[in-house]
Amino acid sequence: MGDQVLADTPFPPSVEDFYLPSIAFGSWVTKFSLLVWLAVAFVIIFFLVAYRNPKLVPTKGQWLAESAYGFIRDGVAKEVIGSDGLRFAPYLTSLFLFIFMANIFGVIPLAQISPMAHIAYPIVLALSTYVLYLYLGIKKHGLGGYLKDRLFPPGAPWPLYVLLTPIEFTQYFITQPLTLAVRLFANMFAGHLILLVFTLGGFVLLGSGNIALAAAGFISFGMAIVMTLFEAIVAILQAYVFVVLTASYIQVSLSDEH
Amino acid sequence: MNVLAEVSGNISSIGYGLAAIGPGIGVGIVFAAYIQATARQPESASLTRTYLFLGFALSEALALFGLVLAFVFRSST
Repeated sequence: MGDQVLADTPFPPSVEDFYLPSIAFGSWVTKFSLLVWLAVAFVIIFFLVAYRNPKLVPTKGQWLAESAYGFIRDGVAKEVIGSDGLRFAPYLTSLFLFIFMANIFGVIPLAQISPMAHIAYPIVLALSTYVLYLYLGIKKHGLGGYLKDRLFPPGAPWPLYVLLTPIEFTQYFITQPLTLAVRLFANMFAGHLILLVFTLGGFVLLGSGNIALAAAGFISFGMAIVMTLFEAIVAILQAYVFVVLTASYIQVSLSDEH
Repeated sequence: MNVLAEVSGNISSIGYGLAAIGPGIGVGIVFAAYIQATARQPESASLTRTYLFLGFALSEALALFGLVLAFVFRSST
């Protein structure tokens, strides 16, 4: 019986575990796209229902929506961008809630995987931030002014530009959007992999036929539970980090001086 | 030739281990500085929290690059 379990458990989890089978319409609908639609629907319906009938003394739902919006508006938009950042608060809030919902699917039973564990979705989110801050910078300073501000930071002696300009160019136009996407992706990917290692490893240890190893299997399941809680924290943290970084990139694009 | 000892697996995990050293130290410094700042000036806790997460996220990125590249450059075994 032990060998049976061992043979059925795909133990060392690998990248192939992230290529889920499609559900319908060829390869167009997978579990990932279903979860993304669910997250989008949740954010839209949540705010529509909360604000359908606003009261002076807020109901529970309205209070939740208001505190989520207030948290991002005061804690991120005003704090990072300044008073100019108020107009970005709605975008940042919906971005935060969407990423949070998509991330938290990683620990919700039956979903158990975050769409953000697939690089395509973080790339789209990072691209929208990238286009946003380029657009804002060019709109405010003009193309030449924006590039001059970014590539030739004032106050440096001119021979230093040989060093500074390539570094600034790589930072603003390549690594910033790249790290934004990779950070979110890698956190969700690693989180899912850790959960797979502990749960599948627990089954493998239980089925090993050795009493000491079987006992270690229960420790592995315990670790899986602890890691699930840890993943829930990471889901909130990464959504917050993504929004804070987006706000800070917008702030740099809008700032007058380097 | 007699094989006395063999190491199997993939060297890319060692690369990830090396890539995690620097960010590990960096994240530690970031949080140590935040704790110190909060201990010295408790009112500044909310003011510096944004910078805490910024610094944490920026130094963590390198370790995550290492993690992703460890999977990308893995030879099929």
